[in-house]
Amino acid sequence: MNWELMWDSVPTLLRGVPVTLQLVGLALLFGAAVAFGVALLRLYGNRVTERLMAAYVFVFRGTPLLVQIFLIYYGMGQFEAVRSSFLWVYLREPFWCAILALTLNTGAYTSEILRGAILSVPQGQVEAARACGMSRSLLFRRIVMPVAIRQMLPAYGNEMILMVKASSLASTITLLEITGIARKLIAQTFAVFEIFIVAGSIYLLLNFLASRLIRYAEWRMTPYLRARG
Amino acid sequence: MFELLSFGPNGWGGQLLGGAAMTVAVSVSAFALGLVFGSLGASAKLSRSFALNGVAEVYTTVVRGVPELLVIYLLFFGGGGMVMAVGRVFGYDGYIELNAFSIGVLAVGLISGAYSTEVIRGAVQAVPHGQIEAARACGMSRWLILRRILVPQTLRYALPGLGNVWQLTLKDTALISVTALAEIMRVSHVAAGSTRQPFLFYTTAAVLYLLLTTVSTAAFERAERYANRGVRRA
Repeated sequence: MNWELMWDSVPTLLRGVPVTLQLVGLALLFGAAVAFGVALLRLYGNRVTERLMAAYVFVFRGTPLLVQIFLIYYGMGQFEAVRSSFLWVYLREPFWCAILALTLNTGAYTSEILRGAILSVPQGQVEAARACGMSRSLLFRRIVMPVAIRQMLPAYGNEMILMVKASSLASTITLLEITGIARKLIAQTFAVFEIFIVAGSIYLLLNFLASRLIRYAEWRMTPYLRARG
Repeated sequence: MFELLSFGPNGWGGQLLGGAAMTVAVSVSAFALGLVFGSLGASAKLSRSFALNGVAEVYTTVVRGVPELLVIYLLFFGGGGMVMAVGRVFGYDGYIELNAFSIGVLAVGLISGAYSTEVIRGAVQAVPHGQIEAARACGMSRWLILRRILVPQTLRYALPGLGNVWQLTLKDTALISVTALAEIMRVSHVAAGSTRQPFLFYTTAAVLYLLLTTVSTAAFERAERYANRGVRRA
């Protein structure tokens, strides 16, 4: 073990943390929006949207993320139509390609989590709300969503951790986030274990924080489960 | 365009098929290795030894909390050294070099094993304790209890979870392409580079993976139905 080298690699690797956080944060944000739309279209849409969204989820859950990233980063640029469109400003940047791939990927997984959560809302509560004369949108906003979000939190926490790990694949399209920097350092110094321990610890810390965050959100959203007094 | 995917001299069909076979070979070997690690990990987690509990806990936490790609880099760059260190313990001083296939199997197997550990542990705990007591009361030896009571039922409880682990394992093998092993992803990458048709080849790769996941999901469903044939449906 080369302690000095290990210590020196810490600040270098920490420089990758903002990139990783941006990738994860933006992908989760956009992914949540995608998931919301997809889940609604699958549950309340007509047969066509239902089939389409089911196909989207099937494809993105059934293929490796690496294929999705390569397809977007290398594959899109092949078409003249894409290259001449306004989207090219974004699609030629590896950062936005990674965001797009991660968003579509997490959107597919999260939509399934959300769909399951919405389906798990007790029918009696929906009937009670209807009996009170709530409109469809009010019922959805006040009854279904709060209960569903509470229900999906543990599974969503797992998805967050998966995204932190998945963001490492952005290094394959030249982005220098934590894993990308680690790979570069390993190639330069051959101190495989030292770099792995430092980079791995950073990821473990990030994942620990993510799981704490979800725990806190769960605690905040379930005041009725807390013992009073 | 379809000539590029054909099996002729100008087509990549043969290589892609070979890549698919390699992906299946790596996945199956890694999954099997993962089952070995998973069984060891689960028995370590369920044992009364404090040290064994700790080792298994560190194993599952680290491997499940660190990106798969990082684990693959660790074994790709440091795997040979690790194996040689183990060899030295057993008195072998020679040089050992791992090929890309064994590094891939080892890396993905290690990841797969961490997830299998949790699945198997949960399944073992799902077997009612009364049955173990009953078996003991019948005078069965520990080994016989394991073979006749614990393993058959654990398998049934573990199947759905192991199906998920298999899917993860299959998809993780795509990451092995960074070690230049000629599996689906690597072949597509090379083909995309030399033909300048990345969209075509990565779409083909996606279709191949989709085919593999769909077929294996169906296989696991059948296995589950078979394993549950004696269980009454609620």
